[in-house]
Amino acid sequence: MSELNEALALKVDARLGGSVRRRPALARELAYDTDAGSLLEVCRTLRDAPELAFEMLMDLAGADYLHYGREEWQTTDATRSGFSRGRIAEGGAPDPNAPGRFAVVYQLLSISHNQRLRLAVRCEDSAEPVVDSVVDVWASANWFEREAFDLFGILFRGHPDLRRLLTDYGFIGHPFRKDFPLIGNVEVQYDPDRQRVVYQPVSITPRVLVPKVIRHDHRYEPALKDPQVPR
Amino acid sequence: MAATPLSEIRNYTMNFGPQHPAAHGVLRLVLEMDGEVIQKADPHIGLLHRGTEKLAESKPFNQSIGYMDRLDYVSMMCNEHAYVLAIERLLGIEPPERAKYIRVMFDEITRILNHLMWLGSHGLDIGAMTVFLLCFKQREELMDVYEAVSGTRMHATYYRPGGVHRDLPDAMPKYQASRWRSEKAVARLNEARSGGMLDFIQAFTAVFPAAIDDYETLLTDNRIWKQRTVNIGVVPPERAMQLGFSGPMLRGSGVAWDLRKKQPYEVYERMDFDVPVGVNGDCYDRYLVRVEEMRQANRIVRQCVDWLRAHPGPVMVDDRKACPPRRERMKDDMEALIHHFKFFTEGYEVPEGETYAAVEAPKGEFGIYLISDGANKPYRLKCRAPGFAHLAALEEMCRGHMLADVVAVIGSQDIVFGEIDR
Repeated sequence: MSELNEALALKVDARLGGSVRRRPALARELAYDTDAGSLLEVCRTLRDAPELAFEMLMDLAGADYLHYGREEWQTTDATRSGFSRGRIAEGGAPDPNAPGRFAVVYQLLSISHNQRLRLAVRCEDSAEPVVDSVVDVWASANWFEREAFDLFGILFRGHPDLRRLLTDYGFIGHPFRKDFPLIGNVEVQYDPDRQRVVYQPVSITPRVLVPKVIRHDHRYEPALKDPQVPR
Repeated sequence: MAATPLSEIRNYTMNFGPQHPAAHGVLRLVLEMDGEVIQKADPHIGLLHRGTEKLAESKPFNQSIGYMDRLDYVSMMCNEHAYVLAIERLLGIEPPERAKYIRVMFDEITRILNHLMWLGSHGLDIGAMTVFLLCFKQREELMDVYEAVSGTRMHATYYRPGGVHRDLPDAMPKYQASRWRSEKAVARLNEARSGGMLDFIQAFTAVFPAAIDDYETLLTDNRIWKQRTVNIGVVPPERAMQLGFSGPMLRGSGVAWDLRKKQPYEVYERMDFDVPVGVNGDCYDRYLVRVEEMRQANRIVRQCVDWLRAHPGPVMVDDRKACPPRRERMKDDMEALIHHFKFFTEGYEVPEGETYAAVEAPKGEFGIYLISDGANKPYRLKCRAPGFAHLAALEEMCRGHMLADVVAVIGSQDIVFGEIDR
């Protein structure tokens, strides 16, 4: 599989050398980054170039890199004051408007050549993330983009019908953003006086029960895995 | 009386669901009708949205396996499979041979389970009551297999990164005599259950093709069945690819694409089976494809049973980072006990990276896109549900059809809302 990927990578570079950058991926996968400006052109080429022929968009995922690589619970200072009971760390929160926070990731599949490719694009503006819609390239993007808009608030320029998809009618906020609490902001309850379901602020505080630990575990280093590499 | 002016004839907007037995869950479909002909169909989904992907971001990797069962709650183990494959690829571990065969066997058992459920409910939706009862009879046997191997009938949590939770049991649970069941009746029921699980599954595969023949006798040449399904919801192959179809939906349209053949995972490349392909891309072809898939799944199960009988061995990888210590060791080894505790509370760290692992689930390509930032929890988990892309194409498939055909199209898409809403 990895030789196949290298052959494909050569073809992609020949066609799109200037507008895509290879990004690290596992041995059996091939992934590229592109800029929001050239996204549509790159997608059209990936679909229409006969040696690439990615006829199918299998998946489109939004991603929020706000807390990437950050620990939620510092375990190094386990003093006699004890842990913080796992509240989400306050203070020192990353800047939600720093550029490059949101990304859209496309999983492409070519049935005629039996190959896959992952394409990622970062939104330049994090306060109002916008990328071009690829609905005209792959019709399956329609709902996937609606979902990414709903859950992450990423806007897709040129989408025919950008409505919320999964959340409730009248929902406020974008729940899969990292700064949206896991338990949400509102809860519903039946109000017997008004005889209908009412919304009210959530009554419990968010807690993290399992700390997010990032250890620098050296066993994954290539030098340890591959006996050929000198230590 | 003057004739009604044309301008007064207008389209009706009709609500289908959210609670409708033919919607296969909670689907609210806003239909715009011209008489009985569909002009527009707007599915409103999300009534079963539980935020599985967000929940997984706050839990160690292993604790989310159970959520995967609850996505597509008709093909439980296939969902787990994609998830554990993604973790295994990031960890760089490979399960032992026997675990791979067990996984393939249970994937195919799951495929039969899913297609039986689909056939029964699809038949019920468009007026064939008997098939439903027949399908559930066979389905019950396989549910017992699920229960015997994992302890639960549906939400198994049986696959783990690095293998499967435990080896196949040597005995099947047996029926017991009661006020309602005599000793003689129980003895007959327990006949196939006297041996181990592999014996039971083998006995099942011996009788199952005849059961499929029974379903086909009732449906395949049935005039009513054909009137309801032939030329309904036709999708040409190019369009099916544009719309992101996969699985029987894509094969029903005539595209010979099956991940088990084209991008084999586990031991599928050693299995001998055929991939059925449709011609017209209508509901009837998709029905034929799925029925044939059951026969092929039965073949694969039988091959796995034969292999598993001859090759005992470990079912979990020997990597103490990825799996808990053996229970016997925990009894007299303090470190093993600590390890066990740490493993199940804090979990393990998965190296930084991202991957997309896809399996051929009964409904189509079920994929897991996993981003890890080197922590003990996923940074981002995205489930690519096959039904999501299929339902998105519902409007296109229904336009110009009658109201009753919506039910046939939803049925042939094999919609389950657990995976669509996630």
